[in-house]
Amino acid sequence: MINSSLKTLSQMLAKKEVSSVELTQAFLNRINTFNPEINAYIALDQDRTLAQAKAADVRITAGNAEPLTGIPIAQKDIFCANGWKTTCGSKMLANFVAPYDAQVITKFDAAGAVNLGKTNMDEFAMGSSNETSYFGGVKNPWDFTRVPGGSSGGSAAAVAARLCAAASGTDTGGSIRQPASLCGLTGLKPTYGVVSRYGMIAFASSLDQAGPMAKSAEDCALMMNVMAGFDERDSTSLNREKEDYARDLNKPLQGLRVGLPKEFFAEGLDANVGKVIEAAIAEYKKLGAEIVEISLPNTGLSIPVYYVLAPAEASSNLSRYDGVRYGHRAAEYTDLMDMYCKSRAEGFGAEVKRRILIGTYVLSAGYYDAYYLKAQQIRRLIAQDFEEAFKHCDVIMGPAAPSTAFKAGEKVDDPVAMYLQDIYTISTNLAGLPGMSVPAGFSTGDDGKALPVGLQIIGNYFDEARMLNVAHQYQQVTDWHTRMPDLPTPQGTK
Amino acid sequence: MALSIEDIKKIAHLARIEVSEGEAAATLTKLTGILGLIEQMQAVNTEGIVPMSHSQDVVQRLREDVVTKTNQREAFQKIAPALGNGSTERAVDCGLYLVPKVIE
Repeated sequence: MINSSLKTLSQMLAKKEVSSVELTQAFLNRINTFNPEINAYIALDQDRTLAQAKAADVRITAGNAEPLTGIPIAQKDIFCANGWKTTCGSKMLANFVAPYDAQVITKFDAAGAVNLGKTNMDEFAMGSSNETSYFGGVKNPWDFTRVPGGSSGGSAAAVAARLCAAASGTDTGGSIRQPASLCGLTGLKPTYGVVSRYGMIAFASSLDQAGPMAKSAEDCALMMNVMAGFDERDSTSLNREKEDYARDLNKPLQGLRVGLPKEFFAEGLDANVGKVIEAAIAEYKKLGAEIVEISLPNTGLSIPVYYVLAPAEASSNLSRYDGVRYGHRAAEYTDLMDMYCKSRAEGFGAEVKRRILIGTYVLSAGYYDAYYLKAQQIRRLIAQDFEEAFKHCDVIMGPAAPSTAFKAGEKVDDPVAMYLQDIYTISTNLAGLPGMSVPAGFSTGDDGKALPVGLQIIGNYFDEARMLNVAHQYQQVTDWHTRMPDLPTPQGTK
Repeated sequence: MALSIEDIKKIAHLARIEVSEGEAAATLTKLTGILGLIEQMQAVNTEGIVPMSHSQDVVQRLREDVVTKTNQREAFQKIAPALGNGSTERAVDCGLYLVPKVIE
């Protein structure tokens, strides 16, 4: 049951083969067993969760269930959920109980989904390993000595370890796709503006976008049907007609033009990861796809551009944490300025502080043109690369991350090495395009551990339904997405 | 441009983040590395390119001038840090947030 697709679970619930309370309890039992070790969840409220499950059962009996009614979902702790502790992985918000719901939470509630709890994440979504979380790192379910990726590391580990049926994530520079790749799941970052950012704690507002993390493309499509949609409370939400993201899942791929950017297969890509991606491309050829070589010449510039724009936006967004109306306030201070400086010094972790300082610097008088404006100009060049590429192909494929999951602690003291984890994902955020990661196989490292590899699929604006189709067809002829890690039984339990 | 310890202190002050001498030195090393990465941008000729601030060229929406928010002072004040930290009941009763004295 814990390994079943959302569609199967939905059918089981409809036929009363299982109740939402039973299903929810099964996941809560697994959480109680494995979470102390994995640390995927940082807030649980089992009474509230079971109350939602009971309400879902009533709704199912009444005959007005929706596809996700009664299904237990994990929510990244970046989404405000009324009455839930919402920390964004930070000491700054360690005691923050959200007084309202994010639009994503409102939509899951309206769909009758059950909130299993809030998942761990890099502090304010700044990180690629989940190690910047104030609440400790998350263990990769495939190998407990390795990181799950980040920033949606808790959501990724929760799905991989089957501690939820599916999860929400957010992606500013790769925070859905890189952990999905490292944990062997299917994750989708939609086109910027498709999912409301209302109540989603802001990092870099022109790049932040929420999306689903699940076991398959079909599951992601069902999640998208709930998450997507116009919201007037998000000023950058796009007012588009409602669409069914599952509508094209079963279309054949004959004639699909797949673009392979040569820059995604150059230096920096782990050779074994490259082989797995090539095998996946070969599978697509068998499905009738036509391979086109393309170029995204400014790929290498996406990291420098991102590390100007994202910190600049973050320094502005995070200025709200002043210790006055909510959040951490230092215990002792001499005056107002001292209160701000001490509260922020205590409340933010090292990586968040670094990014605020970088952002403050690039926006400061005299440097704006050389950094911020220049980065925005190159951002346009990066978007134009994609525009040109999509004249020759329908989707772009390549690796989602340059390597498999790395060891905990390996990159934590080297920010620049950590930033390079997102070399293949950041450019789509800058362009605002949708991207996803799909399990494509395993690569065995020096220590003999088989670790998951993710194939990235990038689509044109609003082409999520086609990307899900492309991923789903691959998942009909491969079984990588059904593999789950063998979790060691925790000591003291049987 | 190479950053100095003095620059770090100035930026930290602008960002309202207290840094100790030791932290400033460590921060200098890390920020210098990150700025080295960013420096790659300067080799690109961007003359005449219109800066891109958002991926979608949309204009700011306007809405009708009607009341949409309800008063939730109690809910919002429940999470204020000053409530259990030296505030008087009266200040909170008045719907105030307590901060150190700013006017002489």
